[in-house]
Amino acid sequence: MAAIYSLYIINKSGGLIFYKDYGSKGRMDTNDSLRVASLWHSMHAISQQLSPTTGCSGIELLEADTFDLHCFQSLTGTKFFVVCEPGTQHMEALLKIIYELYTDYVLKNPFYEMEMPIRCELFDINLTQAIQKDRVALSGR
Amino acid sequence: MQFFGGSEISPSPPTPTTAGNNAHMMYVFNRNGVCLLYREWNRPLHTLNPQQDHKLMFGLLFSLKSLTAKMDPTSAEKGNLGVPQLPGQGCSFHCFRTNTYKLSFMETPSGIKFILVTNPRTGDLRETLKYIYNLYVEYVAKNPLYTPGTPIRCELFNTALDQYVRSIA
Repeated sequence: MAAIYSLYIINKSGGLIFYKDYGSKGRMDTNDSLRVASLWHSMHAISQQLSPTTGCSGIELLEADTFDLHCFQSLTGTKFFVVCEPGTQHMEALLKIIYELYTDYVLKNPFYEMEMPIRCELFDINLTQAIQKDRVALSGR
Repeated sequence: MQFFGGSEISPSPPTPTTAGNNAHMMYVFNRNGVCLLYREWNRPLHTLNPQQDHKLMFGLLFSLKSLTAKMDPTSAEKGNLGVPQLPGQGCSFHCFRTNTYKLSFMETPSGIKFILVTNPRTGDLRETLKYIYNLYVEYVAKNPLYTPGTPIRCELFNTALDQYVRSIA
């Protein structure tokens, strides 16, 4: 049973730069994932407009009937979000680990062009490890 | 590393002025997107005029619903993104949280949407919304002078609602 269903990374203008599926049912083709990512970008922005008080920085957690969506926005506007089982804990920590991996293996990669889709082997490897480790930690509890 | 502190960057919301009153505002929409009721208890920030605010809120909920229906990782048949769905069809959502507020959402089988915006630290409000729906049924739907689809002008409902919302922890 997968605790984490999928991971998305979107750039500051809402374009999908990374998407990985970890075993959700049904097909989500490239166009669908792109649409979902940019839709999330807009929903995130609108939620800031509707805040009753100042200083709102957008949706952090969306609780749907069959999944939870945790979102983390970096200071530069890159958004990381994971779709996981309802009630999964410690997703904020995982998102920050993923962010660290992103800064280490993507941003420090001299061949990576900013705001472009991520194609870095080392990032993929370390990300898989981080997710696996998280899954083991979750199942051990 | 200070960046990872989280709370340092985002200012924490002001503590509610009245003790025990955590609710900011409430919306009720019918299935056509008409705002039947808007109550405001504690809202220091207004970015838009009321009409635009209601439209934006309805649009946000509508789009979030199509997003969750499309993203649902447990069903294989999801259809296309943005295809309108009947109430109760597809994967919906019950709340979302930002650093300054929490929005709880409930849709009845007749397509009436109840939205309650509260302090981000409030717990699960699904039962609360069900109770508010009961109030709606008792004071609005059973009111012979109320025409469905028109804004709610029911003093008893407003009083009961204000009283109940004040008790939400």
